[in-house]
Amino acid sequence: MNSAVMKFMYTQNKAHRYCLTPPSYKTCPQFSHSLTTNFLQIYVISRKMERSCSAPAFEKDDLNLRLGLPGRDESEQPSSSCAKTNKRSSSEMDTSPHNNQSAAPPPKAQVVGWPPVRSYRKNALQAQKQPESEGSGMFVKVSMDGAPYLRKIDLKFYNNYLDLLKALEGMFKCTIGVYSEREGYNGSEFAPTYEDKDGDWMLAGDVPWEMFITSCKRLRIMKASEAKGLGGCL
Amino acid sequence: MAYSFPEEVLEHVFSFLSSDRDRNAVALVCRSWYEIERWCRRRVFVGNCYAVSPEIMIRRFPEVRVVEMKGKPHFADFNLVPEGWGGYVQPWIRAMAASYPSLEEIRLKRMVVTDESLELIARSFKNFKVLVLSSCEGFTTDGLASIAANCRNLRELDLRESEVEDLSGHWLSHFPDNCTSLVSLNMSCLGSEVSFSALERLVGRCPNLRTLQLNRAVPLEKLPNLLHRAPQLVEFGTGAYSAEIRPDIYSNLAEAFSVCKQLKGLSGFWDVVPAYLPAIYSVCAGITSLDLIYAAIQSPDLVKIISLCRHLQCLWVLDYIEDAGLEALAASCKDLQELRVFPSDPFEAEANVALTEQGLVSVSEGCPKLQSVLYFCRQMSNAALITIARNRPEMVRFRLCIIEPRAPDYLTLEPLDTGFGAIVENCKELRRLSMSGLLTDRVFEYIGKHAKKLEMLSIAFAGESDLGLHHVLSGCDSLRKLEIRDCPFGDKALLANAAKLETMRSLWMSSCSVSYGACKLLAQRMPRLNVEVIDERGHPNSRPETCPVEKLYIYRTVAGRRVDMPDFIWTMDKDAGSPEGFLSNGAVEQ
Repeated sequence: MNSAVMKFMYTQNKAHRYCLTPPSYKTCPQFSHSLTTNFLQIYVISRKMERSCSAPAFEKDDLNLRLGLPGRDESEQPSSSCAKTNKRSSSEMDTSPHNNQSAAPPPKAQVVGWPPVRSYRKNALQAQKQPESEGSGMFVKVSMDGAPYLRKIDLKFYNNYLDLLKALEGMFKCTIGVYSEREGYNGSEFAPTYEDKDGDWMLAGDVPWEMFITSCKRLRIMKASEAKGLGGCL
Repeated sequence: MAYSFPEEVLEHVFSFLSSDRDRNAVALVCRSWYEIERWCRRRVFVGNCYAVSPEIMIRRFPEVRVVEMKGKPHFADFNLVPEGWGGYVQPWIRAMAASYPSLEEIRLKRMVVTDESLELIARSFKNFKVLVLSSCEGFTTDGLASIAANCRNLRELDLRESEVEDLSGHWLSHFPDNCTSLVSLNMSCLGSEVSFSALERLVGRCPNLRTLQLNRAVPLEKLPNLLHRAPQLVEFGTGAYSAEIRPDIYSNLAEAFSVCKQLKGLSGFWDVVPAYLPAIYSVCAGITSLDLIYAAIQSPDLVKIISLCRHLQCLWVLDYIEDAGLEALAASCKDLQELRVFPSDPFEAEANVALTEQGLVSVSEGCPKLQSVLYFCRQMSNAALITIARNRPEMVRFRLCIIEPRAPDYLTLEPLDTGFGAIVENCKELRRLSMSGLLTDRVFEYIGKHAKKLEMLSIAFAGESDLGLHHVLSGCDSLRKLEIRDCPFGDKALLANAAKLETMRSLWMSSCSVSYGACKLLAQRMPRLNVEVIDERGHPNSRPETCPVEKLYIYRTVAGRRVDMPDFIWTMDKDAGSPEGFLSNGAVEQ
């Protein structure tokens, strides 16, 4: 079991932490709806979404079921003044079909400016921006299990996962097959995985394309048998 | 009146006084000393740019060489001060360009600096030497190009933590070939890649270069080129500390570091690849300052480094260090004076790392010189705080942030009043305190009673009533800066202690219970204060007088009300006779 999965098992499910989503997210079919299918994916998605937004918005939820190890009681809520200062509305998320709260703890409203960490530092630590010059590509290395040397591709060149996978299939003469949110790439010989900004190895296809290309540091085409641990349910 | 000494002698005597307080005291002795002193004062520190005007400063001190100034309130660091608040340096630069042709140093913190200002600096001061822009914003790399191109004697260019609009890296290439005066260059906040060959040449021709802090874009493989050209460096900040793992890159790097025998400070380390960390081992014995807050290094690797840095005095690190790492720190680094532990994942309620109050307790036990602490953690107990207080009575700065607001003592579920009370009672030299966790009015009673040397206090989500604020304002004799957010403090304490506010630099209160009516009253009673209401909901008149204001910033000033405020800030009228509802907002253009 890879370290990413280990990490998730020991932390509380944060699926309740939603944030404002870019327009593409709602229409993106790859986004996983159900909590029950894939603990890993939900955790990752919510955390990634959190980081891609500057100020997460939350909706209150009555359900109190929790996954993961028991932690401190979360009954303390920040003062109501934060509702005024947090200008983002959560109405968008209220109607979203993605909020399957069947097993999520009540989300906490996030308070502006708390904890007192400079956003400058937060961004520097978490963001992995390429140099921002116009026209610079997003080159990442691609390795394939069993291949003698690596390739490099420009992620900006592709518009979506389909294009990327087709290109990889052509480059490495392999079949990657079709992604399904439940089964990952089960059924095909290879599975595309990538290392994200945090150093975790993720199955490619779960998060919206935009988010993927900004967080992908390198790609690795794994043998499907090895990738089972990533795509399957825990 | 006969003078004992000629002016020149007194001037010479005064030249030995470096502290502003001493100089101010000297100026109060008599008229002639005031006059002599003001003509020979070379450094001016303005703690609040709105407390005084450029004209007043220039009129009193005509021969200044060094100006240091601060703008926005500290809580601006945490996005509590709305965009457009102010803190513009341009009026100051304009005035100084006309009156201080010999100005050599400008040091700014939390101010808005434009390219126009930078160009004016570059053109106006022929002997300009030092530009430090700490947490500033509003300028682009074009402004930096002007500075680089025109300041012939530039010694220091330090952009620490500023937000710069990064148009390109070409600014660095504007340093002329005959510029050899650089002593310190900190460009760590910039994103763009600079021309490496220009950087190499610049570093190579500046023999006095002591501090070089690169930005993330400078690749690790190129570091040896720079280190070899500047083996005399005292402070070095790497760029991204990652590369493919190759033995030749590693050995070049390790060898380059080993040549830098004077290195005392290290920083940078973005995107760390742990395999390259041992490259710095050869310099660790001399390191006194280590800034690893951008480095996602796990505890075992951190411990290896720390155990080699036996002379470490200052450590800034992420909570990946964990309790175990802090224990190792306590065991190895007996000279440690300052520790800052930042959260790697501040928005997770549950800990992603094994860092608790125990880590801080260990350090307080093991490091006899520890005097400055900034610590983020997820649990704290009164017992731990009491232990820390007793271990380190010489603590000067103590800032504790328990990530969950209003978190109680996790062992007893009681408020942390007694813990923080022990801190202020034992640490009689405490000058700065930030508190968090569950706190009642009682903790403020302790603070008011014991914290007699406290100069800066930060409070969040604490207290129960006005009594809390009253204890602080009435008891803390040395208080200069007070910043409060989300506390149930209201009108009574503020109005009862109105006079105290004139003895302080500033008071910030946001999401508290101070009413608009009280703000108006305060302004009328205290004409030498600016009472500024910040409210993005619109004109305070559109709400009842009893309605609490969103944010409040009160500061003493001899410059009158601001004239450069945005449309969501109002200065309360000092004239009690003005018609009801009249508020002055001031011109927006500056």
